[in-house]
Amino acid sequence: MECVFGMVGKGFAIVVADTSAVHGILVHKTNEEKIMKLDSHKLIAASGEGGDRVQFSEYIHKNVALYQFRNGIPLTTSAAANFTRAELAAALRKNPYAVNILLAGYDNHTGPSLYYIDYLATLHKVDKAAFGYASYLSLSMMDTHYHAGMSLQEAIDLVDKCITEIRSRLVVAPPNFVIKIVDQHGARECAWRQSLPSASPTFC
Amino acid sequence: MSIFEYNGSALVAMVGKNCFAIASDRRLGVQLQTIATDFQRISKIHDKLFIGLSGLATDAQTLYQRLVFRHKLYQLREERDMKPETFASLVSALLYEKRFGPYFCQPVIAGLGDEDKPFICTMDSIGAKELAKDFVVAGTASESLYGACESMFKPDMEPEELFETISQALLSSVDRDCLSGWGGHVYVVTPTEVKERILKGRMD
Repeated sequence: MECVFGMVGKGFAIVVADTSAVHGILVHKTNEEKIMKLDSHKLIAASGEGGDRVQFSEYIHKNVALYQFRNGIPLTTSAAANFTRAELAAALRKNPYAVNILLAGYDNHTGPSLYYIDYLATLHKVDKAAFGYASYLSLSMMDTHYHAGMSLQEAIDLVDKCITEIRSRLVVAPPNFVIKIVDQHGARECAWRQSLPSASPTFC
Repeated sequence: MSIFEYNGSALVAMVGKNCFAIASDRRLGVQLQTIATDFQRISKIHDKLFIGLSGLATDAQTLYQRLVFRHKLYQLREERDMKPETFASLVSALLYEKRFGPYFCQPVIAGLGDEDKPFICTMDSIGAKELAKDFVVAGTASESLYGACESMFKPDMEPEELFETISQALLSSVDRDCLSGWGGHVYVVTPTEVKERILKGRMD
């Protein structure tokens, strides 16, 4: 029931993910961060099998950091997306990762961008995308209300519409969502949408 | 559903008088869901050689990257572009290398060979070449495309008439296939220029 979706606005890219860590019928925690900050201006929102999701995201994060250490300049969003795709494609016929990724980033010359990378390593640059059950509910909402060059407030309103749709129509809807944004000032957490206060132990 | 029908695709190439046309649909889907309506299926290898890859999008992307690599290496060694016939043999060899774990792609290759003679061919996912003098088709809409091309094709068409014919054949065929469509992308190549056009068809 993992829900991950995102869109590109005017000068920013926004990604939203649910924050439930689920095993079978049990919810281990309700504040799991599924959107990782890859570097100062990139976010990677991953959905899929728990171990693969964390391991693969961290692997990409470390390699992106290594490139910056070695070369002195950060990777562009497109380069990071293509690197991620290459890793998924190489593993596909050996020991595949069951992870779907939305990679959002901001580059000084090209502006904000969002890349859809599914678990088979299909890469496509998109304006709006969603994975999981969220896609059935939020893609058509985004198709209706999205337009190029939305302001931040318009985008947050659209995100809220999508979350309302997920909460009302998905049988086991996740209670909490995190919204993260990346723009010229960097990648950061924008807001939470909590309908259930956190039920997790304090050390995580 | 077969793995070849996972993403949905339609490709066609036709021979004209000292020219050729290659056209594809624009849909990228995941089974019944449409992800994007601007997916590029046809890529340029050099000014007089184009390849379209239908089938599984991730394998099409991987195969394309390998082909560009091999062609660039050929250009460095031979100091010239590859002939379409040679390129077709290269694609066939690369596909057969993976005979017992194939790329789930069907390529359509179109180019201008010696003395700008048009060359088109297609092959199956393990590299069985199919040369044709008139037209070749591939993708989920291939059966419709065979019928449409057979009835609309005439030999020795000029570039403008060829463009009309290939466009009508593509649009009418993808309209009968739910997995491909959302417009068309047509390249008409003559010895002097490459004309790229986007078609608007039934957007569904």
